[in-house]
Amino acid sequence: MTNQIIQAILLGGYYALLACGLSFMFSIMKIINLAHGSLLVLSAYMFWLLADNYGISPFYGIFIIVPIMMFVGWGLQVFLLQKSAKAGELLPILTTFGLAIVIENLLFQQFGADTRSLAPYIGDLSWASWEIYEDIYVGKTSVYILIAAIIILGGLHLFMKKTALGRQIRATAHDPETAGLVGVNARKASVIAVALAMGTVAVSGLALGIRGVFNAYSGGPQLLFAFEATIIGGAASLWGTLIGGIILALAQTIGANIHPQGFLIGGHAIFFTVLFIRIFLSKGGMSRRIKSVLGISR
Amino acid sequence: MTSLKIQNLDVQHGQLKAVRNLSLTVQTGEVVALIGANGAGKTTLLGSIAGVHRATSGSILLNGQDITGIPSHKRVQAGLALVPEGRKLFTEMTIEENLRLGSTSARPGYWTVDNVLEVFPNLIKRRHSKTGLLSGGEQQATAIGRALMSNPEILILDEVSLGLSPLVVNQVYDSLKRLLETDTTIILVEQDLTRAMKVASRAVCMLEGEIILNKQMSEVSREEITDAYFGLHKVKDR
Amino acid sequence: MSKWSKSVYIERWTPSSRRAVIIAGLIILTLAFAPLFASNGVLDRLTALFVYVILAAMWNALAGYGGLISVGQQAFFGLGAYFTIRIAHLGLDPFIAVALSAIVVGIISYPISLIMLRLRGGEFAIGMWVIASIIHLLVNLDGLIQGETGISLISLNQYEADTRLTTIYLLALFTMTSLLVMLFLVLRSRVGSAIEAIRDNEDAASSIGVNPEKTKRLLFVLAAFGIGAAGAIWLTTATSFQPKTYFSVQWTAYMIFMVLVGGIGRFEGPILGALLFFLVETWFSSSGVWYLIGLGAIAIIFSLFLPKGLWGELERRFNWQFLPIGYRVEPKNNKLE
Repeated sequence: MTNQIIQAILLGGYYALLACGLSFMFSIMKIINLAHGSLLVLSAYMFWLLADNYGISPFYGIFIIVPIMMFVGWGLQVFLLQKSAKAGELLPILTTFGLAIVIENLLFQQFGADTRSLAPYIGDLSWASWEIYEDIYVGKTSVYILIAAIIILGGLHLFMKKTALGRQIRATAHDPETAGLVGVNARKASVIAVALAMGTVAVSGLALGIRGVFNAYSGGPQLLFAFEATIIGGAASLWGTLIGGIILALAQTIGANIHPQGFLIGGHAIFFTVLFIRIFLSKGGMSRRIKSVLGISR
Repeated sequence: MTSLKIQNLDVQHGQLKAVRNLSLTVQTGEVVALIGANGAGKTTLLGSIAGVHRATSGSILLNGQDITGIPSHKRVQAGLALVPEGRKLFTEMTIEENLRLGSTSARPGYWTVDNVLEVFPNLIKRRHSKTGLLSGGEQQATAIGRALMSNPEILILDEVSLGLSPLVVNQVYDSLKRLLETDTTIILVEQDLTRAMKVASRAVCMLEGEIILNKQMSEVSREEITDAYFGLHKVKDR
Repeated sequence: MSKWSKSVYIERWTPSSRRAVIIAGLIILTLAFAPLFASNGVLDRLTALFVYVILAAMWNALAGYGGLISVGQQAFFGLGAYFTIRIAHLGLDPFIAVALSAIVVGIISYPISLIMLRLRGGEFAIGMWVIASIIHLLVNLDGLIQGETGISLISLNQYEADTRLTTIYLLALFTMTSLLVMLFLVLRSRVGSAIEAIRDNEDAASSIGVNPEKTKRLLFVLAAFGIGAAGAIWLTTATSFQPKTYFSVQWTAYMIFMVLVGGIGRFEGPILGALLFFLVETWFSSSGVWYLIGLGAIAIIFSLFLPKGLWGELERRFNWQFLPIGYRVEPKNNKLE
């Protein structure tokens, strides 16, 4: 039992890491990036390419892929999101969905149908574990992933709250016109925000490749996990994503215990339960504090 | 010395030409009261000076530099700050955060967070409160403070008293006394004529996108301004 | 009676719209008689076209008129096929099963709407995708379907090939026409005005007594019903049901493409979009993934540069409006007092 809970927490950390970029763009910039899943699969493929063709270990690959993805983020904002976000909240959904279709099919075109993994390239680490209690083992990679999730989410949270640039990004997301009036370069702030988000997506891709397998069409399922973790945790905060990921993982584990096919269903079930609760609560007279913690707006 | 020079400005607002062939010169240190009914084009004019609305033709020069085409954040850098109509504070951020944002493109100068709070002492204890929770007067003070943080050469105040009780407006203007004593150029929109006449050195009246009155406050009577406000000068001239 | 009503009257039809409706009617009539002179291959392709039109029109009803972008409508497409299998399994004639299945899907969509319509924007979009995933998973649990192996609509075999094809064709044509007529009537009715009002300004609309929730729910259920019917009909043409194919998000990609390219929020747009998609699919689907990449890229380009779609652009430039949905105030005697 304890073992299952611990494994679920680690899995939750993994989901949280997957969700970073999506949650950041959603909570800070109010943009739902439907291409999130395929972008992180793209990153995973890039890590794979580096490892397979050039023998660069994924952990060193980070120094190459993160900047590349940040550059992709720049392009994404400048060529796609800037224009579509102006037309309203809904158009970016269509644009990013189109992008997702393009990316995943290009990946299929390039890499074929085989599933890949980064596990072979990290040596012993892929199965190494610590025994933290009698008979309870935790995989080292899982722990590293959880730590990475905490660092990234926490780091982004602090960055947004404490730094001048973080304030500028928040202001731009809230009201780009007024942001300009007070001297904030709204374009620059938006580009930096998306670039940051994409940087975390690179790490998400690494986590996906290390922990599991992927192919060109894995983007969809990853997007759904990331989305569920984000929403369960309360779309208003970054920390919430970590909690959301853990709750999702716990629900999935419980679901798997109930029924052999219950893993995914368990996750979806908790997702809708949380939605129910949010809807039910937002109608009643809950205090603003509790509402904001749960991510209920208005 | 000329601070701001607007020449033959045309600004479109949707289908409407909100500012027509407008020319205006503002000298350093002047306090210009921009007067006019709703819909006269004041906010559009101020918005185009600040960089929010794009001019269809004409030019705006700030200290000789042509700022007509440059984005608003660069105009702040050049020394121009607008306190927009409706305050437009970042409601999810605190007073302090809003003020700090104001200094993003700040020029060197007197205004710091502490100095601003000194001028608006009622904000001190709410320093870390989200601005969405503040009262109207506190919000207005924050908005003005935020604009001051960039150490502007020209400060533009659009509808400072909108939605505020007379008592609160008094307080806001009291706080502005210090500012009015410096040589900051100020353009302000004020519906209260008495107050405008007391505070400003020049009266500029707008009607349907054009300037119909542009005189030193000392040379103009209250009646003249009122006539211009309602467009009666056209009638009387016949 | 006000002074105004004596000097004006409300006109809903224009000469061009009258012409358009007559032409549309003639086209439908011609299509109805097609089995008499067209080959089986042509009938088969036309059936696919009709399904595309249904999908596009329904997705547009939701997105263009309801403002609800859903990336999960494949849920109802798959359900339509699934229930057809289930109902046919009970022994009913497969075509009756199709009709019943669509109705069941419509009914099921109602409780779903109660939850999902509380979500906004992007949350609703992906939320529907989650719904599609859940439904896909649940359908896989049904022993009859045998997971991803799937099952066939065997009872179709009781019909001889030609009859079967013709019946499917006519059923598709009938369904498409009925749904379009239904949609047209809804848009012309008070609900239609409500939709336009909500589209323009939801708060203002509710202040005059329009109920946005009810209106959106109507569109949601109608779209589910229509897409369910489309799925059921698709099953009859393909005969076999593999959950993965029917619940694939690709169907949403097709719907988005058709509506974006044709013209979102217009009645004629999706029809044009479906036609174009049909042509593109006929010529290019053998190009494998490049076809999909192209679709995605075109969708992006349209969303960025031609958000009104082709029809929207044509409408804007030439002031066309074929089908009489709006109102016009006309002066009597052609003179304004």
